Amino acid sequence: MSEQMTGAKMIVEALKEQGVDTVFGYPGGAVLPIYDEIFQQNAIRHILVRHEQGAVHAAEGYARSTGKPGVVLVTSGPGATNAVTGLTDALMDSIPIVCLTGQVPTFMIGSDAFQEADTVGITRPCTKMNWLVKETDRLADTIHQAFHIATEGRPGPVLVDIPKDVQFATGQYTTKPKAKVSHYQPKVKGEIETITDLVHAMEKAERPVFYTGGGVINSGDKASTLLRELVEATGFPITSTLMGLGAYPASGDKWIGMLGMHGTYEANLAMHGCDLMINVGARFDDRITGRIADFSPNSRKAHIDIDPSSINKVIHADFPIIGDVGHVLEDILKVWKARGRKTNATGVQTWWTQIEAWKAVRCLNYTQEGKTIKPQYALERLEALTKHRKDRYICTEVGQHQMWAAQFLGFDNPNRWMTSGGLGTMGYGFPASVGVQVAHPEALVINVAGEASWLMNMQEMGTAVQYRLPVKQFILNNERLGMVRQWQELLHGERYSESWSEALPDFVKLAEAFGAKGILCSDPDDLDDAIMEMLNYEGPVIFDCLVEKHENCFPMIPSGKAHNEMLLGEAETQGVIGDAGGVLV
Amino acid sequence: MALNIEQGSTSHSAYDLRSHMSDAIETHTLAILVENEPGVLARVIGLFSGRGYNIESLTVAEVDHGGHRSRITIVTSGTPQVINQIKMQLGRMVPVHEVADLTVEGPFVSRELALIKVVAKGEHRVEALRIAEIFRCNVVDSTLESFVFELTGMPDKIDAFTELMRPLGEVKLARTGVAAIARGL
Ligand SMILES: Cc1ncc(C[n+]2csc(CCOP(=O)(O)OP(=O)(O)O)c2C)c(N)n1
Ligand SMILES: [Mg+2]
Repeated sequence: MSEQMTGAKMIVEALKEQGVDTVFGYPGGAVLPIYDEIFQQNAIRHILVRHEQGAVHAAEGYARSTGKPGVVLVTSGPGATNAVTGLTDALMDSIPIVCLTGQVPTFMIGSDAFQEADTVGITRPCTKMNWLVKETDRLADTIHQAFHIATEGRPGPVLVDIPKDVQFATGQYTTKPKAKVSHYQPKVKGEIETITDLVHAMEKAERPVFYTGGGVINSGDKASTLLRELVEATGFPITSTLMGLGAYPASGDKWIGMLGMHGTYEANLAMHGCDLMINVGARFDDRITGRIADFSPNSRKAHIDIDPSSINKVIHADFPIIGDVGHVLEDILKVWKARGRKTNATGVQTWWTQIEAWKAVRCLNYTQEGKTIKPQYALERLEALTKHRKDRYICTEVGQHQMWAAQFLGFDNPNRWMTSGGLGTMGYGFPASVGVQVAHPEALVINVAGEASWLMNMQEMGTAVQYRLPVKQFILNNERLGMVRQWQELLHGERYSESWSEALPDFVKLAEAFGAKGILCSDPDDLDDAIMEMLNYEGPVIFDCLVEKHENCFPMIPSGKAHNEMLLGEAETQGVIGDAGGVLV
Repeated sequence: MALNIEQGSTSHSAYDLRSHMSDAIETHTLAILVENEPGVLARVIGLFSGRGYNIESLTVAEVDHGGHRSRITIVTSGTPQVINQIKMQLGRMVPVHEVADLTVEGPFVSRELALIKVVAKGEHRVEALRIAEIFRCNVVDSTLESFVFELTGMPDKIDAFTELMRPLGEVKLARTGVAAIARGL
């Protein structure tokens, strides 16, 4: 297809050629020609969000739950600036997003025209790459490049800024196979020498641990399958970051829970005490490492990452392996099998005995008593009542509820857990759940939310109702900016500066005002029935779950502390901590 | 259950990332081959400002007109770990084709060009010319009360020359920044 057509038509053609079925967007003056083309076709579905930030988060939810890039279309000026938070979020969490923005006509750029903003300038630091396309002839080629770059290597958001005259003008369409993409071909195979060295270390290790992250999920289903095979075959314990949950099943017997600031006691102490750490697609984020100087002092560390700049950025890697997780795991398995499937079985068994002792601390314990719902209890019940659903997708907002969701919900498959990890964006979860539901219309999609975060993008109720998206908004309402309150309690002398949620809406009436269903639950005895009512309702639901207002999220490694300086919190565990040694309370 | 936080500690910050592995500061000269497209230089400079890296000198010009390639020469300083990060971060940028660390890759030549205007009278003019000769400067402009000297060399040579000129009269200085290339084949 080497055809002449308008820029606007090219955009739609290029999206079709890229296999795009859904675009999340919001129209405006600078994208009207594109919207006109969208109107005249049926191959691509446009989802009209209610705020451009929502469009990007929805596209992130779509991308993360499908493994395909998410596509966003917004207008110039405010449309583009509203997208910035979403783009930054996608950059931090390595989510492939292609964002198309309208721009004022080329001859008006620089004149402070109506709704002009320097979009490529503003978004340069929050995109993997961006382009301002000034000639229609280059438009299709640029869009194909954009998809290539968003998805190859470490995925991320890209942006194509398209002036209105470029959309109107006629030019030559470049097909996908003819597009210039050769200059960006990141290496996917790891160095076989280093992989072999790592296998040697794995054979000898007495206290090994797999530390896995979002990279496993980004690498695709094959990577998760290979990871499971490797873990089962070696018998090594495995923990994961917030972003990597589901790559290895939470129900698997080698699973020791999430690690990091609010990770489990056993996972963090295993990280601290291991002699071989195998980092698979994680990036030694500060929420994971705690105090760098005391991070896992006695281990040799392997780091598998497709992004060379992640390696040795924070933590020195003894076995640096640059490559795609899937390819590298495949090679590790190959080499390990060829060398006779050896492990230090006695060492590893002793290690497991130690880990079981740590597990016995039961660091996630809490007490549900009286007439107030504990947030942990609400999540345990939600888990119990939905765990059997093979089609369950969970999103979260940001705060205590997010950490509790990570602790109390189990994920047995990749791509089922959508949360804002790197940027920690309140307001992410609701639009993300919209995007997930668009991609999986029949699935059970639940957004575990805090009341404060949820209000940040609550306008997306309109989108959920318009497209009959039966998203379940499970709000753990503590009438507090709970995570902020927790830090103020622990670190700022209980001075609760501005951490209330005052003047909250009546969430049931709010749901009804949008034409959705609202459920209020405040009694632990009613909880199961209320959750069932939510699950059985066919449309979108806002579930206002009134929970304990002053619950703290534990365990917690205070920022700047080491893994073995974890706070367990509950008074009843104090003795145990003394025994375990070195644990501050 | 409040935590005891020592005075002067930043560990109560959510973003305590003070490096505990700081090392000696090194200066490195990097040569970066990039796609000559709008915004690429901004992306490279944005990396340095955004991540808090130093730029001591930066020069850029297209070096391959047909292939649309520009060469950026950056002189930067930092601990070995920071220098390594800078190279990795540059290397993964989409429009960057090649990053060479001239400082570690072997001997290299680096030169800077400076135009130095000295406003001087009488004896001072004679002295200025005498020093200029020692430095093998060219005089590219002269009036009764001023000279413009052209000097090419290592940055410290230019520094030394301008320091010698200052006592002789008002000095105005334009420098290009460093261009560098590896020696040999
Ligand atoms: C956009 C944004 N602003 C501010 C913050 C800082 N912050 C982190 S958690 C939090 C409180 C969240 O409250 P809520 O959504 O009710 O969740 P809870 O912690 O109570 O479960 C705040 C203000 C943030 N992460 N994102
Ligand atoms: Mg709250």
